[in-house]
Amino acid sequence: MVACRAIGILSRFSAIRILRSRGYICRNFTGSSALLTRTHINYGVKGDVAVVRINSPNSKVNTLSKELHSEFTEVMNEIWASDQIRSAVLISSKPGCFIAGADINMLSACKTLQEVTQLSQEAQKILEKLEKSPKPVVAAINGSCLGGGLELAISCQYRIATKDRKTVLGVPEVLLGALPGAGGTQRLPKMVGVPAALDMMLTGRNIRADRAKKMGLVDQLVEPLGPGLKPPEERTMEYLEEVAITFAKGLADKKISPKRDKGLVEKLTAYAMTIPFVRQQVYKKVEEEVRKKTKGLYPAPLKIIDFSHISFLSIDHSSLLPFWTMYKFGELVMTKESKALMGLYHGQVLCKKNKFGAPQKDVKHLAILGAGLMGAGIAQVSVDKGLKTILKDATLTGLDRGQQQVFKGLNDKVKKKALTSFERDSIFSNLTGQLDYQGFEKADMVIEAVFEDLSLKHRVLKEVEAVIPDHCIFASNTSALPISEIAAVSKRPEKVIGMHYFSPVDKMQLLEIITTEKTSRDTSASAVAVGLKQGKVIIVVKDGPGFYTTRCLAPMMSEVIRILQEGVDPKKLDSLTTSFGFPVGAATLVDEVGVDVAKHVAEDLGKVFGERFGGGNPELLTQMVSKGFLGRKSGKGFYIYQEGVKRKDLNSDMDSILASLKLPPKSEVSSDEDIQFRLVTRFVNEAVMCLQEGILATPAEGDIGAVFGLGFPPCLGGPFRFVDLYGAQKIVDRLKKYEAAYGKQFTPCQLLADHANSPNKKFYQ
Amino acid sequence: MTLVCGWLLYGWIVAVQTKTKKTLAKPNIRNVVVVDGVRTPFLLSGTSYKDLMPHDLARAALTGLLHRTSVPKEVVDYIIFGTVIQEVKTSNVAREAALGAGFSDKTPAHTVTMACISANQAMTTGVGLIASGQCDVIVAGGVELMSDVPIRHSRKMRKLMLDLNKAKSMGQRLSLISKFRLNFLAPELPAVAEFSTSETMGHSADRLAAAFAVSRLEQDEYALRSHSLAKKAQDEGLLSDIVPFRVPGKDTVTKDNGIRPSSLEQMAKLKPAFIKPYGTVTAANSSFLTDGASAMLIMAEEKALAMGYKPKAYLRDFMYVSQDPKDQLLLGPTYATPKVLEKAGLTMNDIDAFEFHEAFSGQILANFKAMDSDWFAENYMGRKTKVGLPPLEKFNNWGGSLSLGHPFGATGCRLVMAAANRLRKEGGQYGLVAACAAGGQGHAMIVEAYPK
Repeated sequence: MVACRAIGILSRFSAIRILRSRGYICRNFTGSSALLTRTHINYGVKGDVAVVRINSPNSKVNTLSKELHSEFTEVMNEIWASDQIRSAVLISSKPGCFIAGADINMLSACKTLQEVTQLSQEAQKILEKLEKSPKPVVAAINGSCLGGGLELAISCQYRIATKDRKTVLGVPEVLLGALPGAGGTQRLPKMVGVPAALDMMLTGRNIRADRAKKMGLVDQLVEPLGPGLKPPEERTMEYLEEVAITFAKGLADKKISPKRDKGLVEKLTAYAMTIPFVRQQVYKKVEEEVRKKTKGLYPAPLKIIDFSHISFLSIDHSSLLPFWTMYKFGELVMTKESKALMGLYHGQVLCKKNKFGAPQKDVKHLAILGAGLMGAGIAQVSVDKGLKTILKDATLTGLDRGQQQVFKGLNDKVKKKALTSFERDSIFSNLTGQLDYQGFEKADMVIEAVFEDLSLKHRVLKEVEAVIPDHCIFASNTSALPISEIAAVSKRPEKVIGMHYFSPVDKMQLLEIITTEKTSRDTSASAVAVGLKQGKVIIVVKDGPGFYTTRCLAPMMSEVIRILQEGVDPKKLDSLTTSFGFPVGAATLVDEVGVDVAKHVAEDLGKVFGERFGGGNPELLTQMVSKGFLGRKSGKGFYIYQEGVKRKDLNSDMDSILASLKLPPKSEVSSDEDIQFRLVTRFVNEAVMCLQEGILATPAEGDIGAVFGLGFPPCLGGPFRFVDLYGAQKIVDRLKKYEAAYGKQFTPCQLLADHANSPNKKFYQ
Repeated sequence: MTLVCGWLLYGWIVAVQTKTKKTLAKPNIRNVVVVDGVRTPFLLSGTSYKDLMPHDLARAALTGLLHRTSVPKEVVDYIIFGTVIQEVKTSNVAREAALGAGFSDKTPAHTVTMACISANQAMTTGVGLIASGQCDVIVAGGVELMSDVPIRHSRKMRKLMLDLNKAKSMGQRLSLISKFRLNFLAPELPAVAEFSTSETMGHSADRLAAAFAVSRLEQDEYALRSHSLAKKAQDEGLLSDIVPFRVPGKDTVTKDNGIRPSSLEQMAKLKPAFIKPYGTVTAANSSFLTDGASAMLIMAEEKALAMGYKPKAYLRDFMYVSQDPKDQLLLGPTYATPKVLEKAGLTMNDIDAFEFHEAFSGQILANFKAMDSDWFAENYMGRKTKVGLPPLEKFNNWGGSLSLGHPFGATGCRLVMAAANRLRKEGGQYGLVAACAAGGQGHAMIVEAYPK
C-alpha cells in the first residue's frame, strides 16, 4: 500500500491543489463568421434595460473566445449608442455557468508571445470601456464565474449572484501558471482589499456566492428557487434576470448606489495599505511566504504579487500598467511551467471521462470490506454522493473506528460550513456498519480494503462470492498485489478489477483502476463510473506488479535509501526533493507511508524486477522495522513525531543503523543537482517503461497519475511532459552517467532511448 | 340526431347533478360528528393576553366549550390539545388546562404537536379513537401563546449551571465558574425556522412565491381580500365560534384584533420582511404572530343523538401529506387536496366551502398556481392532470389566518368550525379544510354538513 499511504501528506501542500477548480474549460471551437446572426451573444430590450445573454454554441459552458469577444464588443457598442437603453443586464443562457474563463485551447494554440499579448490587450480594452460605462451594467451570475469571466463581472457596475452551490467566483489562472490577464490584478484589490485579492489570485480558490457577498465581490444574492411552473433551474435564471433588471433600473434612476458600505476592519485595512511602509511590509511578507511555498519554481505567483503591488504606485505608472500586465500575461503563458500546468489541465479533463461508456447497470448499493483508513475513506466519498454503502469489518472496534472516521470527515465539513448538520446526518444515514454479510445479496459492487495479504484477500473473495448476486463486481483496493493473482480464485474473473485509492481518500483526487486480461469491459465501465461519482480523477492501467503508481515510486525509494546510505542527512534530502518541486521530502515520505509498508513493497517488487529496483539496501528498512521505527504512526522513523509538536527532530537512534550500512558517496554523481536527478530520472525512466510495456495506455494518464497520486512536481507537468519539455536526450545522458557509476538500475529504457535518438518524437504532439 | 341529443342530455345531467355522492358515511364505521366548537378571540401577540400562560388560554377555550354545549364533564372520555411552541412548565398543556377548567381528574388528556396542523392532528386523533370504538366523547383543541416564548440560556451556560449543580466542593465550583465567559449569556431564541434547512418560513414563502411567479401586487390584493372579508364577517356577527374571554385583571375580550383592512397603496409602502431588499413577502401579506386557543366537542353520532344534541357537521375523510421541506415547504394543500377528494370519491365541484389556512398570501397564491398547473401535477405530483382551482367565491369567505390570526396550535379547529358554520349559513353539503405546516407537511379533511 505504498502509494496509498504515501500520499497522506501530499495533499497538505498547496501545489497539489492544482487544478481543482472545476469548469475552467477548454473546448473545441467552431468558428462562425456570420455577421448578421450572432452565435455567442444576443440581446433583447425590456423597457429601457438591455438584457445581454451569453451562450457559446455547442458547449455546456461559456468560454471567452475571440468570437465571443468581438460579438460582445459589438453588442455593447450598440447598447451604448442606443437612446432607448438606459442600463443593461449581463446574463448567461446556461444555468450552470456564467463564464468559465478564457478558452484554454485558444491560449494553448498561441504560438507566439505576440498572439497571447494581443488577446489580453483586446480583453483589457473592452473591459476598461465597460468599467467606465455611462449606462450601468449589472452582471447576473449563476454558475461558475471564473478567470476572465470574473474579470468581466468586476468591470460591471453591479453584481448579483445566485446563492447556489454551483455559483463560484475565482481567478484560477495561477493554477495554469498564468495571471489574471484582463485587469484582475488591478480591479480585484480595489474591490475586495489587497489581502483578499492576493489570496484569491495566489491560490486560485473558488469562492462561493455567500462568501463573495461578504467580501464585497458581489452586491446582492438571489436564492435559488424550487419547483414552480417550470423546472427549478430555468425559473431561477428567469428570477435572477428579473431581479437584475429591477436593480439595473434602480441604478439608472440613481435610486440604488453601486457603492458598498465597507466595514470598519475593511476601512482600516484599506487605510493601512496606503501607508508605504505598511504596504511594503505586507508585500514582503506575502512574497516570502510564496517563495517558501513554491521554492521559486512557479513564476506566476510572484508576478501576481508584483502587479498587485505596482498598482499602488503613482498614477503615471498605473496608466502603463495594463500594457505591462498584457505583456507579462503573454510571457507567463509561454513559460514551460504554464505549458506543464495547462497540460495537466487537459489530462485531468481527459481523466474525468469514462472511456468505456455507460455501464449496463448503475451501481446503487456498494459494500466495502475492511473499515481501516482506506475502507472508511472510500465509504466517506461514496455516501456523500448518495451511494447506499455497507461498511463491513471483522471486529467491532475496527468498525467503530471506521464509522467514526466517516462521521468525523463529514462533521469537519459541517464545521467549515460546507454542509449543514442536517445534511451530514442524512448523508451518514447512507452508511450501514456491520460485521456480517447481511445485505450483500443486494450489492452491485464490493470493494475490499482488507490488509495487504494475498491469502486473506483470497479468503474474503471466496466468502463474498458466496453471497453476492451474479452482476456484482468485486474490486480490490490494493497498491501492489497483482489483480490477476487475486482473481485466480474467483468463479467469475471477468467481474474482478483493481481500484487503487490513495490516502486520505477524501482528499486525494486520484484513483488508479487496474484491469486484468479477463476483466470485462462492462466491469471497467462500472468501476470508472463509480470512481467518477466519487469525484475522482481516474487512470486505467493494466495489471502488473505495482501497477503504475507504486511501480514508479519503488525505484525512486530505492534511490532514497542509497542516498541516505551515502551519508546524506534526511533533512538535507528532504530539502533537495522539495526544492525540486515535490510537495513532500523523500525521507518524510517514507515516514508517512510507513517504513513497514515501504519494506513490504520494496521486497515484493524487488523480487520481480531484480536489479532494476536495486541500488539501496533494503536492509535499512528491515532494521528500522525491527527497532520499531515505523514512521509517523509509531512516533519514530527518520524523524521523531510527537503529538502536538510541529517541529520535527531527527531520530538520533537512526545514526547507528545508517552508520552500519554506510557506503562511500561517489563524488562525480553526488552534487545536489545529481542527487535530485538520480531520484527523478529513475522515476521517469520507470514511468516511460510502463508506457513501453503497455501498463499505461497514454502518456497523459501517466502524468496525471504521477502528479495527483505521487506528488510529482506539478510545475514539471508529470514524467512524460517533463521528458518533452526538458528533452529526452538530456535525461538519457544523465541516466547514462549514473549508469556508469551505479549500474543497471539507471539503464534508460528503449522507448526513452528512441525519443532521445529522434528529437522529433514527443509524447505530446 | 339521437347521438347529439344524448350528448346534450348528458351535459344537462352533469350541470344539474353537482353532487357526486349523497353522503360520505361508510358501512361498518362509526360516524363522527362535531357537536360544536369554540375559540377565544385571536389576538395579536403582545396585546391583552400577554401576561397569561398557554394553559390559561386553553382553559378559557375549554370553559367556553362547556358553557356553549352544556356537556356534562364526566361524559368526556378524553381530551387532546395541539400546541407548537411549548411552555416547558406545562408541556402537557391539555392536562393542565383540563384540570383548571374543572374537568374530572379521571379524564386523561394529552398534547400533540405537528406545527401549524397540530389542532388538526388533535381532531383526527379524536376521530380515530371514536371510529375505532375506544371513546365516544372527545374534546379536541389547540392553543398557542406567542406573547411569551421560552427563551433559553445558551447550551454552554446550561451545561455550566448543570455541572455547578453537581459540583461537590468549593474548589470544583470555583474551577467551573472560572470557565464562565461572557458570551455564555447570549440567549437562545426560538425561531419560526425549519430545523432541517435553517430557513425561516417567511423566506421560504418568498422563494415559493417567486418560483410560481406570484407578484407583490397579487399578494397584497389577496391579503386585502382576506382582511376585508374578515371585517365583513366580524361586522355581520358570522364569527360565532368566538366565546368572550374575561382576561384576569383586564377587560373582557370579545373579538379578534388583527383584522385591519388597509389599502393597496398603504400596503405597497411596506418593505420586504425576509428577502431584502427585493422580496415580495411583507408584514402586510403574511399572517401575524397570534395568541389564541380553540376547542371542539367531537362525538360518535349515536352518542350525540342519544344525548339530545343536534350536531353541526360530520368529520369525514382526512389525509396527511409531506414533501420536501426546503423548496415545497408550504405546498401541503396542493398535495393533500386531490388525495382527500379522491379518497372520499368527491370532485372539486362537490365542495361548497373551502377553508384553507393562509400562512402567507404568497403561499396561498403559489398553491393556487400549483393546483392550476398541468406541468406541476405531472412532474411533481405524479398526476396526469392538474388538481384544479378552488373557485374563489367559495374560498375563505369569512377571512382567514392572514386577517383573523394564526395561533399555530389552534388554527385547525378554527378552520373546521368555519367550514361547518359556513355550510350551515350559506347552504351546501361538503366543506374542504386544508393547511400547510412546517416540516413540509400538509393536511386536508372533508367536513360534511349535518342534515338540518
